[in-house]
Amino acid sequence: MRTSELIAALAADPVPEPIRLGQRVAAAIVLGLIGSLAIYALFLGPRPDIAEAGRTVRFGLKFVDAFAFALPSLLLMLRLARPDAKPGALAFWLLLPFLLLSAGVAVELLVVPSNQWLSRLIGQHAMFCTRMIPLMAAPLLAALIVALRAGAPLHPALTGALAGAASAGIAALLYASHCPDDSPLFVATWYPLATLICAGAGALAGRRFLAW
Amino acid sequence: MMKAAIAGDEGAYRRLLEEIARSVRAMARAAFARARVGDADIEDAVQETLLAIHLKRHTWDARQKLAPWVYAIARHKIVDAMRRRGARRVEPLEDFQDFLAAPEPEDPHALSDARRLLETLAPRQRDIVSSISLEGQSIAATAARLSMSEVAVRVALHRALRSLGAAWRRSMA
Repeated sequence: MRTSELIAALAADPVPEPIRLGQRVAAAIVLGLIGSLAIYALFLGPRPDIAEAGRTVRFGLKFVDAFAFALPSLLLMLRLARPDAKPGALAFWLLLPFLLLSAGVAVELLVVPSNQWLSRLIGQHAMFCTRMIPLMAAPLLAALIVALRAGAPLHPALTGALAGAASAGIAALLYASHCPDDSPLFVATWYPLATLICAGAGALAGRRFLAW
Repeated sequence: MMKAAIAGDEGAYRRLLEEIARSVRAMARAAFARARVGDADIEDAVQETLLAIHLKRHTWDARQKLAPWVYAIARHKIVDAMRRRGARRVEPLEDFQDFLAAPEPEDPHALSDARRLLETLAPRQRDIVSSISLEGQSIAATAARLSMSEVAVRVALHRALRSLGAAWRRSMA
């Protein structure tokens, strides 16, 4: 086929319904969240002492941190879904949750005697945490990857990894309301591990499904 | 012009694609020459870029300039095409703007992958694509000949172009 002939075929192709990537991603989050909430309701549920816990700084930090991670991951992912993307200052916002968490860890090390450090770090639910966050992130990640197939990312693996990270961030928001381990030492160890698992899965899915 | 094209102005879209094709061809020729891979695949890279631009045209944000978006897609597809040819070193391409000024005519003798990939389509789809592209018939004439409604022809054409894009991707792997 000559190029001029291809152009004739392309020009005759109808104008599709305008696809709005942002709307698709928003719909994916809603759908994925339904799945995550179902898993939450089945296996987790809020911790019984949530009212008291809500007043402590440690408990609050978990949510602030998860949110500060999920939001820039999501926005950056959306931006990279376009071929002419420039990450810009958004990438630096991803540093914020790590700074916050490091500050939390520093304060925790100061106020807690050193013989309790290890027991705080391991907490009560380390394995459960690294398992449940990816499990709750899975429906979100799947929905995001489907939505992103309408995009055209120049770096499919990176875009997928960000989708995984954003899913983990949202799942961590849910998980934080269940988990009785509030120490920043615990959070800084197991949450990032769970996030890495999700980002890795997202990168694989991205390379497989988001190439175009 | 892209806005008019997205709004459904067929003539404007065709002129835009022709202009993009000329620029991408110049860009691909320069990139292939620099990597010292033969220029047999240049027209494939051009056609693949055009198809990608068509299938992904909703990812262009109308508030942004069109040229960087086209350049990004063209660069992506040219690098793909060069990798396929086994170019070991892929150097960054120069800015697209330079090529906008230096359009190149199509080589009428260039054969392409597209015809081979066309063979992988379902017979009805292949018929529609070749009727419109090779024989230059209108949607209405094609619909009358195949006794299909115009809408059905348009839908089939759209599906055919999408599967052409998918076939291209598979042939790369």
